[in-house]
Amino acid sequence: MSILVNADTRLLVQGITGREGEFHSTAMLEYGTNIVAGVTPGKGGQSALDGRASVYDTVAEAVEQTGANASCIFVPAAFAPDAMLEASAARIPLVICITEGIPALDMLRVYHVLRAAGTRLIGPNCPGLTTVGEAKVGIIPGDIHARGSVGLVSRSGTLTYEVVQAMTDAGMGQTTCVGIGGDPVIGTSFIDVLDLFNQDPETEAIVMIGEIGGEEEEKAAAFCAREVRKPMAAFIAGRTAPPGRRMGHAGAIISSGGEGTAESKRAALEAAGIRVADSPSHIPQLLRDAGVR
Amino acid sequence: MKLQEYRSKEILARHGVPLLAGETATSPEDARAAAERIGGPVVVKAQVLVGGRGKAGGVKLAATPDEAAEKARDIIGLDIKGTTVKTVLIAPAADIAHEYYLGLILDRAAKAITVIASAEGGVEIEETAKTNPEAILRLPLHPLLGLQDHEARRIGFFLGIPAELRKDFGKVMRGLYDAFASSDADLAEINPLVVTDDGQLLALDAKIVLDDSALPRHPDLEAMRDLNEEESSEIAAREAGISFIKLDGTIGCMVNGAGLAMTTMDLVKLAGGEPANFLDIGGGAKADKVTAAFRIILDDPNVKAILINIFGGITRGDEVARGIVEARANLEREVPMVVRIVGTNSDEAKPILAEANLITADSLDDAAAKAVAAAGGAGA
Repeated sequence: MSILVNADTRLLVQGITGREGEFHSTAMLEYGTNIVAGVTPGKGGQSALDGRASVYDTVAEAVEQTGANASCIFVPAAFAPDAMLEASAARIPLVICITEGIPALDMLRVYHVLRAAGTRLIGPNCPGLTTVGEAKVGIIPGDIHARGSVGLVSRSGTLTYEVVQAMTDAGMGQTTCVGIGGDPVIGTSFIDVLDLFNQDPETEAIVMIGEIGGEEEEKAAAFCAREVRKPMAAFIAGRTAPPGRRMGHAGAIISSGGEGTAESKRAALEAAGIRVADSPSHIPQLLRDAGVR
Repeated sequence: MKLQEYRSKEILARHGVPLLAGETATSPEDARAAAERIGGPVVVKAQVLVGGRGKAGGVKLAATPDEAAEKARDIIGLDIKGTTVKTVLIAPAADIAHEYYLGLILDRAAKAITVIASAEGGVEIEETAKTNPEAILRLPLHPLLGLQDHEARRIGFFLGIPAELRKDFGKVMRGLYDAFASSDADLAEINPLVVTDDGQLLALDAKIVLDDSALPRHPDLEAMRDLNEEESSEIAAREAGISFIKLDGTIGCMVNGAGLAMTTMDLVKLAGGEPANFLDIGGGAKADKVTAAFRIILDDPNVKAILINIFGGITRGDEVARGIVEARANLEREVPMVVRIVGTNSDEAKPILAEANLITADSLDDAAAKAVAAAGGAGA
């Protein structure tokens, strides 16, 4: 078991013939992800990835021909909202959007339409997710993982790799690692993923990587106090971030009124009994302290 | 991107929000001429993006054009929280009978555009939220339909807008919403929205913050950027496609990825140092980008050491190492550099860095400690 993606995932890649799409699709294939099709409007009938994937003009056609049940989106920000709506309209149940820089008002519309349609969206502005040894969707480097029993959820990209590498180096493998994205409006929240990990019998412990901005970490802490009995450890980036400035990620901003600080998030997590690391490298030890072997 | 008051008012006026626009001036003489054209008493207002300009002496009333020139002389050149005032707005003074607060925000929790309204205008809404939270209405608007008339009416009744002004309030609410939606704002607020002694509804002050991600589709709004209020290094970074924020410490940071960049800063602090900046170099990190990043970091004379932290995923470690060595050869100023490269091809990166006599580190904690030591130790 694991969450969201596994060996049965039949992945479609929207934007498969673009530079990013092609590069990362090749890496996904090499990892063992089952890519069944690509979509690039106007390039239907061609093949991509050295003949290993057929390209379709529309998502609907790709789904009909291949039975794709997940889509990974690599199209530029100006076209990504439309790509997400197209995937949802074709009844793909799981959409992962890697694209960074999508206007927030576009995302509000997409969020509500996909939710009403029952489409689960991960991202945008996220590195994707990996179920270790089964399927990697997105841009997380495959070789940093080892299979094990810890689930990881994060708002970040390279910081996630840092933590995963530290865990793997410490002999602590993972079930699934999910990057939910650094934008203000994202499809899947910390709580959504924590809930899935909580119900996954193979996931025995959970790591959560947050950062400044918004109040999702605080809400997640309350959820964990109420629902989660598995050992947890966390890290929050941005203790030195000044208020009122966007720290790279569109969602990483402490309001001028002082909401969304690392201290507030850390306090909420600790109040929920979750150990919070001062450095990503401390996470394996915190998990051990919490009883993880 | 934050817009100045006079720019925000320009946008609101375009969408039918009633206000007294006034004119901008950059010299006392211009201020006098503007006050003459306006006629009657005026307010001279510093145009700065930081809050608290009133308390800092940046807003003054003037009864005559001569007085307007005098007040403008006081205000232009004034330092308000580190920003030197270059421009003032000369606006007609209004006799205020009542003040309201009316704002729209992109509400990440409610996943909607949310109205924030309070009958206690003229003070910062964060202040009202602390002292009198029940005086605030938070109303998330329909996410797909946008502002509906029943929502606008509800806000008007909550604020206690006088019956004869309800129609006008509907226009203000509609205009504010249209301004927000059509310019892809993060925040649009009128504070205060006033009823004057002669019974007019007017926006006396306005603030709009735009969604940076949407700026590419609004070149007209991008042109409203006030370069006077940005660090020259931050302007250079934007042009180079690097995400950069200047801070006050001594250790320059160059990192790939925003979350890891913040973490690197945090670990510098934990090791007893102070970060000089946030810098996310993005994917790739080729020599030209590394060169630009070095220039931007070293533009700050406070920088005593640089910590480079790259997690190679898509980015290949040996390529980054070569880029660093190449870029360093062309620098005008030498400071100690601590380089930590992990991930893809990091083993191939090591000999390249060693040959160039760069300080290397395997872990991020170790790298932060070495950078702090190289900058002169903790507390330096």
